[in-house]
Amino acid sequence: MSSHYEAPIRKPLVIGEKTYHDITVDVARPVEGRANKLWWRVFAIALIAFLWGVGSMAYTVGTGIGTWGLNKTVGWAWDITNFVWWVGIGHAGTLISAVLLLFRQKWRMAINRSAEAMTIFSVVQAGLFPIIHMGRPWLGYWVLPLPNQFGSLWVNFNSPLLWDVFAISTYLSVSLVFWWTGLLPDFAMLRDRAITPFTKRVYSILSFGWSGRAKDWQRFEEVSLVLAGLATPLVLSVHTIVSFDFATSVIPGWHTTILPPYFVAGAIFSGFAMVTTLLIIMRKVSNLEAYITIQHIELMNIIVMITGSIVGVAYITELWVAWYSGVEYEQYAFLNRATGPYWWSYWLMMTCNVISPQVMWFKKIRTNIMASFIISLIVNVGMWFERFVIIVTSLHRDYLPSSWTMFQPTFVDAGIYIGTIGFFFVLFLLYSRSFPVIAQAEVKTILKSSGEYYKKERDSKENHQSLNH
Amino acid sequence: MSNKVVHAIYNDDDVLLDAVKETRAAHHHIEEVYTPFPVHGLDKAMGLKPTRIAICAFLYGLVGLSFGTAMMYYIMIVDWPQDIGGKPSMSFIQNMPSFVPIMFEMTVLFSAHLMVLTFFMRSKLWPFKKAENPDVRTTDDHFLMEVALNGDEDSAVEFFKKTGAVEVKVIEK
Repeated sequence: MSSHYEAPIRKPLVIGEKTYHDITVDVARPVEGRANKLWWRVFAIALIAFLWGVGSMAYTVGTGIGTWGLNKTVGWAWDITNFVWWVGIGHAGTLISAVLLLFRQKWRMAINRSAEAMTIFSVVQAGLFPIIHMGRPWLGYWVLPLPNQFGSLWVNFNSPLLWDVFAISTYLSVSLVFWWTGLLPDFAMLRDRAITPFTKRVYSILSFGWSGRAKDWQRFEEVSLVLAGLATPLVLSVHTIVSFDFATSVIPGWHTTILPPYFVAGAIFSGFAMVTTLLIIMRKVSNLEAYITIQHIELMNIIVMITGSIVGVAYITELWVAWYSGVEYEQYAFLNRATGPYWWSYWLMMTCNVISPQVMWFKKIRTNIMASFIISLIVNVGMWFERFVIIVTSLHRDYLPSSWTMFQPTFVDAGIYIGTIGFFFVLFLLYSRSFPVIAQAEVKTILKSSGEYYKKERDSKENHQSLNH
Repeated sequence: MSNKVVHAIYNDDDVLLDAVKETRAAHHHIEEVYTPFPVHGLDKAMGLKPTRIAICAFLYGLVGLSFGTAMMYYIMIVDWPQDIGGKPSMSFIQNMPSFVPIMFEMTVLFSAHLMVLTFFMRSKLWPFKKAENPDVRTTDDHFLMEVALNGDEDSAVEFFKKTGAVEVKVIEK
């Protein structure tokens, strides 16, 4: 027991008198049970939204990009807004699994699996947009530097859009192997509990024959640590590269050096909000309240508050620099954001992103599940508008007043966005019924140090000893 | 006698850790330990050598960096040194800032994937691999120590019972 000492000030991360076996049973229950009516209903809605999106995408590719609300001035709007929004959401998963691992945060263990799933599924959504927003998506493979019969005609490595290709594909593939490696012991647990030959077979294949040898665990932990060390700069670089799409341009309102860290902060901000949204529902419907506790929600809220404040500082910095720059185009870009035809989206963004996370300073609010849920939704709306504001308000009015225009989305723009939300939930709902949603092998390692029952035992023992002396 | 092993099964990681130390002290050869989660300090107690997989990852990263750099040097500077938006294309170093994002991504890509593949190969993990844990409970809440049996069977069983094992089995391999 002495090896599991933890300062008494730390709150328990596993509630109740759980044993190792209880953790197994609790994590396996949603996978081994049958889906209820509610699951099927939500799944059906998500599936319909997804199919609607597929239809919208097929219509776009078949008929042309002109079905969208873009025009000659505003060539990027909902497509890239949604792309950046989805990539941003994905970042919290890596933050939770990698950065919090490097900082040895034990509370990450109950939430990392779902956060990583969220990463994978949202990067998949993000990955759709760079392809379908192409005029000729069937030539999409030309972005790859493949030797070819055009005298070997290559790509131009100066473009941030090409950097995006490398960044997003590296990010998705590295996140995927990181997630899968962590899943092996948990799939092995499901395999060894499987009753039907079919599930036994499925989880045997998925678990890669994991046997839990001492040497395997030693390598497993080293691999996790190195992957965390690689994923942390990766996550920073990916959103930095996404921000380069704008920051390296010459457009007033886009061309700022603050964009890389500011986009990353925004990504963590919106990503953690999405994790909060998903986990508040998941802990309830999957009966995991003993593992995803109020403490977890409070800590996520604190991160939302911190990153929200960083985003707030970035907004003020941008405004300051615009004024300080003496560049009238830059000054007008920000004047236009605040008072132009899209003033409502700018002020909506400001309210959602700057004011709403500040209520987390109140303990009453950040430990309240309902309030956290609502604020997490508000943050995601706000962060969608942040990308919309940056993209559209900088484009629709820039250097030449004769090119000034407005942007109006069409139902195809909306249909694709709704479709990606549907696709995300289709994947997430399937995941929540077939994958171990909590990294049980990891939670078992902190049970003795951070379990409520063990902490109490230890406290009472210590009190007893001090009375005797 | 030579192909018999003892399976000592424990239901607590602290008991297991003490048992491993006692077993080593008594000069029994531990063949393998199967645990449901990483028991910290177990590799040290067993006397396992540290893994070198992080060194591999570093080397793979260097390979990725070299690959990315060479690719962009050849394509952008050697093969088609064109003027694209006034970017200096006559020497690598002049256009280098544009190449940094991909040099970085290639480093991470190679390092991460090749390390994971190395892990799968060294630990012999692949999709259709058959699991080799001798008892299904070792992925739930039991810990199994496999020890080579040499000498008297009964005294060995007695020894492992004393280390706190909830079950001791002698298995013909």
